[in-house]
Amino acid sequence: MQITRELVEYVADLSRICLDGASEEKMERELGAVIEYMEVLNALDTDGVEPLSHVFQVTNVMREDAVAPSSPREDILAGAPEATGQTFVVPRTLE
Amino acid sequence: MNWEIVMGLEVHVELATKTKIFCSCTTQFGGAPNTHCCPVCTGMPGTLPVLNRKVLEYAVKAGVALGCEITRYNKFDRKNYFYPDLPKAYQISQLYLPFARDGAVEIACAPGLTKTIRIHEIHMEEDAGKLVHSAYGEASFPDYNRCGVPLIEIVSEPDFRSAQEVLAYLAKLKSTFEYLGISDVKMEEGSMRADVNLSVRPAGSQALGTRTEMKNINSFKSIERAIAYESARQIEVIESGGSVIQETRRWDENKGKTFSMRSKEDAQDYRYFPEPDIPPIEISDEMLEKIRACQPEFADQKAARYVEEYGLSEADAKIIVASVRMASLFEDTVALCGNPKEVRYWLLGEVLYFINDRGMTLSDFRLDAQSFAAFVKIAASERINRRGAKKLFEAMIFADHPLDLEAYIRENDLEQVDDAQLIREAVRAVIAENPKTVEQYKNGVTKVAGFLVGQTIKRLSGKAKPETVNRIIAQELAKL
Repeated sequence: MQITRELVEYVADLSRICLDGASEEKMERELGAVIEYMEVLNALDTDGVEPLSHVFQVTNVMREDAVAPSSPREDILAGAPEATGQTFVVPRTLE
Repeated sequence: MNWEIVMGLEVHVELATKTKIFCSCTTQFGGAPNTHCCPVCTGMPGTLPVLNRKVLEYAVKAGVALGCEITRYNKFDRKNYFYPDLPKAYQISQLYLPFARDGAVEIACAPGLTKTIRIHEIHMEEDAGKLVHSAYGEASFPDYNRCGVPLIEIVSEPDFRSAQEVLAYLAKLKSTFEYLGISDVKMEEGSMRADVNLSVRPAGSQALGTRTEMKNINSFKSIERAIAYESARQIEVIESGGSVIQETRRWDENKGKTFSMRSKEDAQDYRYFPEPDIPPIEISDEMLEKIRACQPEFADQKAARYVEEYGLSEADAKIIVASVRMASLFEDTVALCGNPKEVRYWLLGEVLYFINDRGMTLSDFRLDAQSFAAFVKIAASERINRRGAKKLFEAMIFADHPLDLEAYIRENDLEQVDDAQLIREAVRAVIAENPKTVEQYKNGVTKVAGFLVGQTIKRLSGKAKPETVNRIIAQELAKL
């Protein structure tokens, strides 16, 4: 896989971040290096090796279905750039 | 040209757990906005989601019931997208290893005709919040109470060819989940939602046409309308020389039309990757066995048993098993009184009349198996006639307090009169009062005897035993 300027722009767009020309160039270089490293891994013979889905060898970490109090609404809304006291306020979004 | 409609369904079902899928907030419907939220379900940095054990149990129950192969080692993935109904900017879902695959559901598509709908997969995921849009302004107001409510998404193969098949499938899913007790499955309240993938092709063709996905359909009736609209739209596009665009379309219930939401050119790229916060899930033999062992008797099996064991007609059995509550009331009452025919008579006659005619539900009645069984024993006895029984039944199901049946019979004098002497006196009086009718009878119009029976029973305040009245009238008329 080749990291191109178009791909950097596309990923930036999906991630809703704005990059200027210099940052795009930097990203193209750095992401390219990451992908290149992956190529090294691809050269290894992994036949018969189970894909790793989690780094710790644990499974089934679960909790009981018991209700605990939710947070005070003012705490939930506290970090929002804009809120009404009852809800967050976001730019109008209609798909 | 003849066209064939090809559809596949994605059905989202909210699981009826007490708490959300990854945190301990309540799943209760209808709280004040953003009051059922915590740092986990609002996606605050540094929080750790932990899977609700009950969600896995309910999900696996559904998978087993729908004949799926259960993925013994499954895991969650992140589905990334930017939309303010989801504060984390990703939904925790299952892409690579969904917990269930390759199931099958039998549906009845016409009397005596069944069809198998294949299930591609079922996965667990979290629900998103709700957005309220301001009427004219530039703002939307997210309410995250529903964020993190557990869902299963059931993805079918493109096996549907008509709206009737789709409706039969949804009814089957609804009934299955009701009997499993894992969801409220109310389309109107959004606890069951269906997205329809639809394409058309010339009849006889094997190739699939370009499909559209319809979202936002929230009732059985709208599904039928949406399918009719969208298939006609696609056929028109093709017949006028155009081609269908693969896109997501929103069903607008008020306008009765579908509208393009987003086209393939800017199709979502979800950049799925394994969810690092939640370790994989291993389903043990023990858990799977336990779930298999406690699968309930489902509607179809129940109906067949009612026909076999209780001698009900197939139609009656189907009506009773359509509601889990009615089925259990029926069975419990029959177990106590041993008279399925009589229980059926009152359930499908009286109770269903009030349900259909006055829009009531079973919980509106005072009707438990014990009192129902006690009533049935009285109604089936010689002690009261149908009219008296009906009065007693209505008094019982609409009473403010549990009704003392014996006291009510006494106070309202419902005990049947079977005193031949008393009945004979009444018959003679009725014959004397109705010379014209008696004349007709003598002239061979024997059916008028029924009128005399009615008059006699009325004279005895409706309490006379009809068989005895019949017999005495016949005797008295024969004497004339």
